[in-house]
Amino acid sequence: MTEERPDNGGTPAKAPESEGVTERMPENVPPSTGEPTERVEAFAVRRGMFGVGGTGDTSGYGGLRRSVAMPGTTQRPFGGGFDELMEHLESALARHDLARALERAVFDRGEITFYIRREHLLDVVRQMRDDPDLRFELCSGVSGVHYPEDTGRELHAVYHLLSMTHNARARLEVTCPDDDPHIPSVVPVYPTADWHERETYDFFGIVFDGHPALTRIEMPDDWPGHPQRKDYPLGGIPVEYKGATIPPPDERRAYS
Amino acid sequence: MSDQTTYTSAPNAEDPYATGQDTSAGRVFTVTGQDWDTVVAGVADSADERVVVNMGPQHPSTHGVLRLILELDGETVTEARCGIGYLHTGIEKNMEFRPWTQGVTFCTRMDYLAPFSYEAAYVRGIERLLGIEDEIPEKAQVMRVLLLELNRLSSHLVAIATGGMEIGALTVMTIGFRERELVLDLFELITGLRMNHAFIRPGGVSQDLPPGALEEIRGFITLMRKRLKEYAALCNENPIFKGRLENVGYLDLAGCLALGVTGPTLRATGYPWDLRKTQPYFGYESYEFDVPTRDTCDSYGRFRIRLDEMHESLRIVEQCADRLAGLDDAPVMVADRKIAWPSQLAIGNDGMGNSLDHIRHIMGESMEALIHHFKLVTEGFRVPAGQAYTAVESPRGELACHVVSDGGTRPYRAHFRDPSFTNLQATSVMCEGGMVADVVVAVASIDPVMGGVDR
Repeated sequence: MTEERPDNGGTPAKAPESEGVTERMPENVPPSTGEPTERVEAFAVRRGMFGVGGTGDTSGYGGLRRSVAMPGTTQRPFGGGFDELMEHLESALARHDLARALERAVFDRGEITFYIRREHLLDVVRQMRDDPDLRFELCSGVSGVHYPEDTGRELHAVYHLLSMTHNARARLEVTCPDDDPHIPSVVPVYPTADWHERETYDFFGIVFDGHPALTRIEMPDDWPGHPQRKDYPLGGIPVEYKGATIPPPDERRAYS
Repeated sequence: MSDQTTYTSAPNAEDPYATGQDTSAGRVFTVTGQDWDTVVAGVADSADERVVVNMGPQHPSTHGVLRLILELDGETVTEARCGIGYLHTGIEKNMEFRPWTQGVTFCTRMDYLAPFSYEAAYVRGIERLLGIEDEIPEKAQVMRVLLLELNRLSSHLVAIATGGMEIGALTVMTIGFRERELVLDLFELITGLRMNHAFIRPGGVSQDLPPGALEEIRGFITLMRKRLKEYAALCNENPIFKGRLENVGYLDLAGCLALGVTGPTLRATGYPWDLRKTQPYFGYESYEFDVPTRDTCDSYGRFRIRLDEMHESLRIVEQCADRLAGLDDAPVMVADRKIAWPSQLAIGNDGMGNSLDHIRHIMGESMEALIHHFKLVTEGFRVPAGQAYTAVESPRGELACHVVSDGGTRPYRAHFRDPSFTNLQATSVMCEGGMVADVVVAVASIDPVMGGVDR
């Protein structure tokens, strides 16, 4: 895949939704270069300069606070054929009265992510697979990510789709809150998601509604908890070596 | 063992399991190998021919700890299901608690037959997040391709060897492991380890090529060219081999795509999908090689594809060796000192460690170098927040890593799309309706590695 990004200085047609009025005035909107234009997806707050946790911060930067954000909504053009992909997706969704389903699109580092509202997921993936302009015939897999700080959308299920016909990749991201961890299953469209969804359920506790047999796959059937969630401890015991004690990895000093 | 004879005779009243137990699910026998007579005697008086057999998780033909739950009607498999998870070690979770570079040491242990592919997928993800994909030195890229292709050879050799062993072709097994040993010797020479190398690092590879390695590689290519013919001579037209493999484990293109099956199984349907050609990485587009396909959709086709792919891998290895000959003192790590590991390894009189020049530099010459070394080694580098999905063509199919960074020094999440895991879902489709003896062949043709499946 080529990664040509045309130098387009035009102002984006659509203004980001979540900002104030002054920020949306044309002179305040940076020209689009295909790079993320805003970073909205704050999911963590860091304190201090070096990210040290667990021990006292003597650096003098202990009061520093930074919020960590994922790349935000991207304005077109993206370049590299992704604009056509997005147009095809939008028109396919519009034809089936699904325009609401697409929450936003993020183009970052040559990869495109479509955020899909969960109630429409199954209809969207069916279009992704069957529409001749999209034709994502292979679902490479489903992986979960847990963002405990992303209130109201803590659990993300990420679908990696591959179109062999058009030699393109796209990513669908669906979120659900921790207290209602339900996402419709895509197994009716992509049978390969069967084990992947079981794995995501096993590790994150996301319940895929409509899955034929949603049981644990890696952990024992009677295992309590979902191990890949951030609130699940890694575990481990301190190890003694030549008189010194080395704490388990999740209790060691971290710099993140 | 002196009491061995007691196993061979029929019902042994002292063994609480061999006689069978009545449970709510029916009669249950625990069979450990030689006491089949007990089972036969036990079910002979029952009119019901339906038997549920647990094959594995400890069974020589299950490639590790795969548990197959087979429902049999006579000798016909009516239902086949896989039980996995016996080798789950939480590698992905562990990676979230180590710096980015150390993650290589973990993911290389997933699929122990194709460790380089896992390192490559993970490292590509980091490099994409860092935005340094175009800055990797040429020599590092060539060495990566060299190791990946040697690894494809060794992995396919094991696939053919164990696949042959499971249908009774022991010679294929012995010569397969003989040749694999040669590849492992090369790995040992280049990376220092026979497996679990942790050699492909973010920004390049961990060490330069050792002196004399190119001659060894050239010698290996010459030898392998001769030896690969032996496999063709032994197997290709062998009537027993063909009889066991042909039309067994049938899966066509539509089935492959629906089940997400990639790799040799997909190419055995006649579709030349190979990520090295279609979505090249590490400069694969500049090598000359073909993507072998067959249109038989069966185990025999998959076997022949693996054989053909080994020839193609040898071609690539040869091109790598030619290129490396012209890249004698070229760097193998990215120039950015904030990412590149600060030191090279060297053999001292107390074993392998940081090179003495480097120790002298940081301990005696430059305080800044010491600080830099300390920060990079203990903390690691920061990776800008975002996510990437990078796929490579492993010997078993599309292997990809979904890495998520929160801008810190550790992966926020690293998920591996393992080809064995995905392809293993095809077991039931390939086996149901066939004979129980063909289950072994079908599973072997998928070539799953349970370390990768369970991670």
